[in-house]
Amino acid sequence: MQNEPDLRLEEMVLNMGPQHPSAHGVLRLVLHLDGEMIVSVDPSIGYLHRGFEKLAENRTYLQFFSMLSRLDYLAGFFMEWTYVRCIEGLMEIGPPPRAEYLRVIAGELNRIISHHMAIGDYLLNLGAVTPVLWTFRDREDVLDLLEMLTGQRMMYNYARVGGVRYDLPDGFEEQCRKFLRRFPVMIDEYEQLITGNEIFLARSLGMGVITAEQALDYGLSGPNLRASGVAMDLRRHDPYSAYPELDFDIPTGASGDSFDRYKCRIEELRQSVRIIEQALDALPGGPVNMRIPPMLRPPAGAIYRAVETGRGEWGNYLVSDGSLRPYRLKMRDSCFVALSTMPKILPGHNIADVVGIAGSLDLIMGAVDR
Amino acid sequence: MSWGLSFVIHLIAALVIGLAVPALSALVFPFAVRRLSGFMSDRLGPNRVGPAGFFQPIADFLKLLLKEDVAPLKADRRLFRLAPAIAFITPVLAVSVIPFSKGFTIANLNVGLVFIVAFSSFTVLGILLAGWASHNKYSLLGGLRSVAQMVSYEIPMILNIIIIAMLVGSLSLNDVVGAQGKIWFIAVQPLAFLVFIVAGMAELNRTPFDLPEAESELVAGYLTEYSGMRFGFFYGLVEWGNASIWALTGATLFLGGWRGPFAGNPGWLILKVLVLAFAVIWFFATFPRLQVDQLMNFAWKVLIPLSLVNLGVTGLLIILLPNSFLPPVAAFSWASVITIILLMGPVLRKALLRKRLKLNPGTELGTSQS
Amino acid sequence: MTPDFAQSYVYVVALAIVGVGFVFATLGISRLLQLRHPYAEKLSPYECGVEPLIGDSWSPFSVRYYIYALLFVIFDVEAVFVYPWALIFRSLGKTGFAEMMIFIAVLLFGLLYAWAKGALEWQ
Repeated sequence: MQNEPDLRLEEMVLNMGPQHPSAHGVLRLVLHLDGEMIVSVDPSIGYLHRGFEKLAENRTYLQFFSMLSRLDYLAGFFMEWTYVRCIEGLMEIGPPPRAEYLRVIAGELNRIISHHMAIGDYLLNLGAVTPVLWTFRDREDVLDLLEMLTGQRMMYNYARVGGVRYDLPDGFEEQCRKFLRRFPVMIDEYEQLITGNEIFLARSLGMGVITAEQALDYGLSGPNLRASGVAMDLRRHDPYSAYPELDFDIPTGASGDSFDRYKCRIEELRQSVRIIEQALDALPGGPVNMRIPPMLRPPAGAIYRAVETGRGEWGNYLVSDGSLRPYRLKMRDSCFVALSTMPKILPGHNIADVVGIAGSLDLIMGAVDR
Repeated sequence: MSWGLSFVIHLIAALVIGLAVPALSALVFPFAVRRLSGFMSDRLGPNRVGPAGFFQPIADFLKLLLKEDVAPLKADRRLFRLAPAIAFITPVLAVSVIPFSKGFTIANLNVGLVFIVAFSSFTVLGILLAGWASHNKYSLLGGLRSVAQMVSYEIPMILNIIIIAMLVGSLSLNDVVGAQGKIWFIAVQPLAFLVFIVAGMAELNRTPFDLPEAESELVAGYLTEYSGMRFGFFYGLVEWGNASIWALTGATLFLGGWRGPFAGNPGWLILKVLVLAFAVIWFFATFPRLQVDQLMNFAWKVLIPLSLVNLGVTGLLIILLPNSFLPPVAAFSWASVITIILLMGPVLRKALLRKRLKLNPGTELGTSQS
Repeated sequence: MTPDFAQSYVYVVALAIVGVGFVFATLGISRLLQLRHPYAEKLSPYECGVEPLIGDSWSPFSVRYYIYALLFVIFDVEAVFVYPWALIFRSLGKTGFAEMMIFIAVLLFGLLYAWAKGALEWQ
């Protein structure tokens, strides 16, 4: 039907969120609809704002530690990692090699649980109920591993300035290798259920296309950027920790649609398995921590350090005035960037695609609203 | 026994059966869905109330009975209260023409097939009223989606019922079962059976056509404002009652009704109903949801032309070979089903990839590694 | 039980009345059993936890749904004609069959016309 301007009906304004089954926490989208078609989208954030950056200025460096994994609560270790890298950078110290490897292992396990959540939740948004439960079944195994390693399943508080909190516990390596042997089979199982399904293809191919140019303009990172065909990964392009010594591929998509974002995450799961296996093989001996002064006073200066999380670049800009507390801590979050692309990519899609595309962008409001 | 007494007894029996079918389906099916989809997604499902959790639906019913049923202030409260009752007419009445055993039908109407189709529309009416009366945007969208979907899929449903009527030469369901003495119609008309299943899923608002109550998009669709026992009626008795009616109709039309080895009795019918209900649950655990435009396209561009062609060819074969039309009809139907199953996936994929290519030229399926 | 024709319809009507009565009876029992604490927030329409924004939900709505409804009416009326035909088309022979096929072809042409005109396109 040709949509003549004078035939245009009243636009419907629909509030999606903050209390919505697939609002990814408390995201609120104000949708302007023409029938089921989206005319414009107005994301509204701030429902989970806790003032992290200001809180950091009122706490000593060590006191702030326990809050970090509450930012991106699905993969909290990356936040701790970035923060300790900033402090270590200012103090110009480096942790012992064993600690770097342990950080890599914890980080990659976090990437797996983050992608588990992303894939499962995306499919749940598309209306498939089983994938999320399958990914959660395997996520449970990873959480068990993380619990062995860090003592916690969610708020790890594992990284320390100059190392990590604990060495490997007994039996961790064995259980981890058992998981790594089984997990690729599970990934194939996800793919059998999801990837070949024509309904899934119809819902994901060509949906929410972000071209490489747009992705770079917006400053996307992580799987969302790589799905658009830009092979940019901080682990490769700004190597840190033990990553230069590890061999892994950077999966990229071509068209930047929901399907590519999903597929990139699936491939990254496989790469994470590879990385953890290599890290376990190459795990050096030695201490996992180093002596640091109990009252941490990094020298005055400013530093930016970033880590490739499951969702993209998580960066901290830390300004120190040489006192006990950070002068300023700015956090750069990839979900915020991904969210900001929605008004650009959503118009023209259906209501159903709002949650679909939001799911494929893998937003986590805890990180967006700091 | 006087005529009057026998009439009263028959009447009471009819009322009991008419109410028992939706009530029993509301008790058995939700339990089966939760447990079976639980097993399919590697979890247990409810298993606490009663043996293996069998009394869970009863507990739910009691809970709903005791809950406050809120009617929004701005809603059209009269229609809001009327909607569940109107929707409930379908499952109660449609039971009356189903033959449960030889000569055991509540109302042996000679227009049984038309009767079922006609009264299945009451659910549409109830859902539209519910969506409209709620004065809620989600409800309205859900209700409109639901009506558009149900009327669209009603046509292939009707056309395939007509095909069966043509094979039998009668609209009475007793005659339909009678005609399946030698061979069930699933073997003669698998194409009609396939369309019946697909259209049935859409009529019942089940996955992958569960858009009207798409939880991740429309919260609960037309049910959003319903609570307490009114919700219970829609969710339990109407939806699952209709699922029963669909399965009973399908078993009668295509699977030989109450016929079975040894002796034909209602047990066989119940078994066939359970098999069809299992298919519903299986789809629920497997498929994502379609999008509203894809859903409509599928009905109007695939199912309706397909059903019309099937109707034409079946009629032609019956006219040309009035005495031995079953083998050629079966040959045509099986050939079409096999062609559809073989071709549908690749063709669909190709179309989707072409669409994607148009959106972002120079891209192909799959990811590359760098 | 093989009741005669009129008796069948008595059952049907009785079932309809009892079915609707059952709904209202259950809702009545529920009403007696439940605790009711209505207040303004509870009675406001649900829109994801915020006050409903601009625009009434009872507003002129997209015409696309109605196009499908119109198409449905056409095909539904067709079905009404096809039902009786399906019962006796064997005795009508080839002429009757051809007539119905022409009727369906006209309808199919109508569907194709709507298709070509873009009435089946959602956007």
